[in-house]
Amino acid sequence: MSSFVQAYQWVNLRFLLQGFWLTIEVSLISITVSFMLGLILGTLRFSRIRYVSALEGFMIDLIRNLPLLLIIFFTYFGLPQLGIRVSPFGAAVSALVIFESAMISEIVRGGLAAIDPGQMEGARSNGMSYVQAMVHVIIPQALTKMIPALLSQFVSLVKDTSLATIILLPEMLYRAQIIYSQNSTYMIPMYLMISILYFAICFTLSQLAKRLARRLA
Amino acid sequence: MRKVTKALLVSLLALFMAGCGKPRGNEYHQIVKTKTITWGIKTDTRLFGLLSVKSGKEEGFELDLARAMTKQMLGPTGQAKFVQTTAKTKIPLLLSRSVDVVLATMTITSARQKIVAFTHPYFAAGQSILVKDSSPIKGIKSLNRRGIVVLAVKGTTAVDNMKKFAPKARVQEYDDYVQAFAALKSGQGDAMTTDNGILAGIASENRGYHLAGKTFTDEPYGMALNKHQPDLRNALNKSLAVLKQNGTYRRLVEKWFTGIKGFSVKEAEH
Amino acid sequence: MFTLFANNWPTYLSGFGYTIAASVLALIASLILGTVFALLEVSESRALRGLASTYIEIFRNIPLLVVTMVFYLVIPMYVVKINGFTAGTIGLSLYTSAFIAETIRSGINAVRSGQMEGARSNGMTYIEAMRYVILPQAFRFSLPALGNQFVNLVKNSSVLSFVAGFDLMYQADSIAFSTYQVLPSYLIVGIFYLILTMPLSYYMKHLEKGGRKQDV
Repeated sequence: MSSFVQAYQWVNLRFLLQGFWLTIEVSLISITVSFMLGLILGTLRFSRIRYVSALEGFMIDLIRNLPLLLIIFFTYFGLPQLGIRVSPFGAAVSALVIFESAMISEIVRGGLAAIDPGQMEGARSNGMSYVQAMVHVIIPQALTKMIPALLSQFVSLVKDTSLATIILLPEMLYRAQIIYSQNSTYMIPMYLMISILYFAICFTLSQLAKRLARRLA
Repeated sequence: MRKVTKALLVSLLALFMAGCGKPRGNEYHQIVKTKTITWGIKTDTRLFGLLSVKSGKEEGFELDLARAMTKQMLGPTGQAKFVQTTAKTKIPLLLSRSVDVVLATMTITSARQKIVAFTHPYFAAGQSILVKDSSPIKGIKSLNRRGIVVLAVKGTTAVDNMKKFAPKARVQEYDDYVQAFAALKSGQGDAMTTDNGILAGIASENRGYHLAGKTFTDEPYGMALNKHQPDLRNALNKSLAVLKQNGTYRRLVEKWFTGIKGFSVKEAEH
Repeated sequence: MFTLFANNWPTYLSGFGYTIAASVLALIASLILGTVFALLEVSESRALRGLASTYIEIFRNIPLLVVTMVFYLVIPMYVVKINGFTAGTIGLSLYTSAFIAETIRSGINAVRSGQMEGARSNGMTYIEAMRYVILPQAFRFSLPALGNQFVNLVKNSSVLSFVAGFDLMYQADSIAFSTYQVLPSYLIVGIFYLILTMPLSYYMKHLEKGGRKQDV
């Protein structure tokens, strides 16, 4: 029992919290970038531009159907071969962005498809161009409907940051492992602690998703 | 369906082609110009290179040696940059030029020499095994039985050596030493195997574990660099020789390895 | 890449086998568990509802890798020795069951209103009504979503590589770092994963489209 208390001494907690901060940092950056990219890609695919949408759709399906772990390896070992030296941070963020923007683009496409096509016709007959109608009429409506699905995708993203421990990104899980490697009795306290921390972020996000879903339903 | 298959093959091929290396310049000139050496180091290996909980930084014999080498090669303004590697990632990271030199408990072997180049050895290790104090295992010979599970780390020479010394045992591989040792603690295997220095580092920090038997291989550690870089190789060898002569090397070995159980400082020096 | 595959195909195939085995076992287990917890979540007892939603929230909000590590490292220390494959499959099952429970619950809610009363007034008990009327429809309703969960499950099975589970990713690692052909080795397992996931996800898309047409 005393080892349980000892495990949470300040040195260990500080070390772990640095990882907690890194997890949040990686998550925030990846969420922002992949949301914007996903929005663009999803709209493009929905718009059915000849060849472009088909090729893009195929690439997206390819990425969506691969394990994220594999994509992390591709960015970590592949980017340097293209002449780009990446840190674990850079590799993790780019892998998350590639994977999650593909996932988000599917949500966006689905959301756009659910909007009544009559809306588009109405906007066009009021003299709007296709792009104007998309930006001002269709996308805003679709976005409100997508929010719950998007938020739960973001929850997945936060959880998925833990996979980057494989390329030595010093996030929470990695640091927990370092701590308990120095004292085996710390293993359970450490897993308990990071579970609570992950839960705190993800539960907040998913409650938000639920509440929004209820309000929008 | 045929279209899909074709598109799949083309895009995969494109990815693959993009992965092929480009011609390399003289890395030594690059290093001198930028006054920076990027070292591939360990973060999971006590005594050699470990991320310290107290300071939040990597610490160990190899980190100190890399710093001393950098100063020796580039003068007092030389910068040592560190990139974390594990046993399995160190060669890929070197080949992809994410690092200039790997200084990460890497054994010089003829198989590896086909792919990368090595400096002269800077440390003499040998493979050994780590077991719980209560374990009946006395040495490598008692591992060569059916039903025995040995834990090792992906990409280490230890994995290959087990095929030779204990072919009947089943080897389970992990991503780094932290995970392999955690698995040993949880009873996922009968013994963990790798070089004696690394195991001694783990045993020194964890009561209830000891090295069983003598080392059964020679594992001279060398710094690894890309092939066809004779200037860089010569510069590294020269600096290492100077550090050995002026006592810096000895001081570092003693700083990290004095008083470590099951380990002799004399044997380690090369 | 082709010679790499030619030289190592037995290893890749054995990894493929472990990945399929883990996915199928976890699918069965998580369908059963998921259905049970979905039923608890819509039950009339407050305690049972609380129990179910606690379970679901815990496994939905903690990374799969953490769950798997706990089963691999912590449980053997105190309870019973389990190997990497088992620990990984248990982790996968529990994690996926939380998502499946949510999917089935929304399926039940979508078909329950009206149907339940109808079945009860025909003399069925609550359990009978669930078993013969509501659940079959709920399953059909949530089939596309369940399919997506299965695709996720196959992809997620790659965490087995962290705990020496002998799956595709573990074998790819092993080959990548003994031949030093890292990217080609990963490309090969990428193709293996796509063989499993692509047809499944296209089929689900097809189902979704078909389902929508029927609704209209």
